[in-house]
Amino acid sequence: MLRLPDFPLPDPRGRFGPYGGRYVPETLIPALEEVEAAYQEAKRDPAFLEELAHYLKTFAGRPTPLFHARRLSEYWGGARVYLKREDLLHTGAHKINNTLGQALLARRMGKRRVIAETGAGQHGVSVATVAALFGMECVVYMGEEDVRRQALNVFRMKLLGAEVRPVAAGSRTLKDATNEAIRDWITHVRTTFYILGSVVGPHPYPMMVRDFQSVIGEEVKSQSLELFGRYPDALIAAVGGGSNAIGLFAPFAYLPAGQRPRLIGVEAAGEGLSTGRHAASIGAGKRGVLHGSYMYLLYDHDGQITPAHSVSAGLDYPGVGPEHSYFADQGIAEYVSVTDEEALEGFKLLARLEGIIPALESAHAIAHAAKVVPEMDKDQIVVINLSGRGDKDVTEAMRLLGGEL
Amino acid sequence: MTTREAFARAKAEGRAALIPYLTAGFPSREGFLEAVREVLPYADLLEIGLPYSDPLGDGPVIQRASETALRKGMSVQGVLELVQEVRALTDKPLFLMTYLNPVLAWGPERFFSLFRQAGATGLILPDLPPDEDPALVRLAQEIGLETVFLLAPTSTERRIATVVGYATGFVYAVSVTGVTGARERLPEEVKDLVPRIRAHTPLPVAVGFGVSGRATAAQAAVADGVVVGSALVRALEAGHPLGPILEDIQEGLRQKEPA
Repeated sequence: MLRLPDFPLPDPRGRFGPYGGRYVPETLIPALEEVEAAYQEAKRDPAFLEELAHYLKTFAGRPTPLFHARRLSEYWGGARVYLKREDLLHTGAHKINNTLGQALLARRMGKRRVIAETGAGQHGVSVATVAALFGMECVVYMGEEDVRRQALNVFRMKLLGAEVRPVAAGSRTLKDATNEAIRDWITHVRTTFYILGSVVGPHPYPMMVRDFQSVIGEEVKSQSLELFGRYPDALIAAVGGGSNAIGLFAPFAYLPAGQRPRLIGVEAAGEGLSTGRHAASIGAGKRGVLHGSYMYLLYDHDGQITPAHSVSAGLDYPGVGPEHSYFADQGIAEYVSVTDEEALEGFKLLARLEGIIPALESAHAIAHAAKVVPEMDKDQIVVINLSGRGDKDVTEAMRLLGGEL
Repeated sequence: MTTREAFARAKAEGRAALIPYLTAGFPSREGFLEAVREVLPYADLLEIGLPYSDPLGDGPVIQRASETALRKGMSVQGVLELVQEVRALTDKPLFLMTYLNPVLAWGPERFFSLFRQAGATGLILPDLPPDEDPALVRLAQEIGLETVFLLAPTSTERRIATVVGYATGFVYAVSVTGVTGARERLPEEVKDLVPRIRAHTPLPVAVGFGVSGRATAAQAAVADGVVVGSALVRALEAGHPLGPILEDIQEGLRQKEPA
């Protein structure tokens, strides 16, 4: 039986320590209260949980395997490395864990229209997919720049029956698509459900998305007990907004310090933190407010949000979820960053050694594992979240690596 | 002139107060100051927007204006100087409309004190539901700034009661479920929202979002004040004079539709 776990945070005001909250125009406050109430009720309703479990199993393909990467382990010569295979899910990434949950909640609330923001298009495709599954009207906002770069995903969404609206404002990327989705929600709040794709945004989204994604860590818990008789020593995941990482971390993060594995979140250092062209909100950002949440954020001396950069469009977001911000301050998880170049090395390495082409997002986790795994003992166990598959990135990789192969 | 006096004067003349909104630094630094001179004779109070990179409560017109102002180099320091210059032109109440992140970036105490010194009367904070940060609201008030918050057609009685508890100066009633932008007609529910807010507070209530001319102004005139923003900014964008729009709106305010 699927269970949506009760974590100690956020507090009733939607805060993880000082982070989170609801910094949105007043028009949305009643809607957020409604979503929160509906979610709390659904979470305790066996019928809802049963239905979610049914679709996760029969439509998305859960549980996902915990795969022993023997050649990679041997190559690094340290801890034993296991990959959590979220890349095997329907639509190619962990995003579907959350979109199924939110779409079922939308249906339960009687909302027939869903909207979403998307960067590279993975979340958009995932929302378009569940909207088709449940017969809902679907509008996806996508920055003009991303529409151009990700033509294939735009076509996928259209094929699935969604309307894709290009956003010409600001930097024409994910942050602007999110602004536009929020504006749509403000305008159609009575009929529309906003399916947010990461652990960001106003309360209850960071909590709700975390809960839906925590199936990743819950499975890792039971799979580790079965395979090793204990929890892993370290968990590694890429962090943009932070949904795949929180999904893996959350079930372990609130364990007493002695029982908790080392939790390592890997941000995108882009062309290098010193160049200013990166997406490392924790590594190089300051506390601020964007899209309704107080969190680590990239902005200039006047508070104007600065565009993020990463080779991986899924990490290309100038903020990071409030719970990650809290974990960073409390030392519950450690946050590091790897460059575009290092991530591309990880991308190639996994393809050659294990026959798995990872998403460029997940390649960041591989690239950092390359630094820490060799330092660990052979009897230690590391789990890397392989949050998505690399099919979507092959064209970009061909452009960047073509000459080298 | 205090905010209370500005609303009282309009009331004594049997009309709603007129509150023009302009984005600081749009269409340029000088163009903004010219626009201020153009609107001041019609204005009872003035709202000045601090341009922001991610204005999620604003429609396309004010988004474009903010982008242009920022591209032309407008900064928080620049807005401070503009507020100071506008203060030298008028003693009417001046409200700064700003999203929260620039306040956090400068540090709330520094930001509030400097704008108070520059001559701002108060703040309008569209992405701060006041109960999210009561200490910040108190700080602004202690520094001498009035704090204006938005209420919307979707606001419940409980939200209205909570939000007006933090308001000083006036209360901003959003006419539509939507973002800023001129509209042909306001939804009828605006006529319910104003009395619903009045039942909770003695403060003046100003209606904003969507007021574009005579007809919408007549609808909004059930309130104590009417904010006109996108219609003016759109005219500036097109290089049209602002006087005729404001005269048309004044005409509408005199022809208040029955509640």
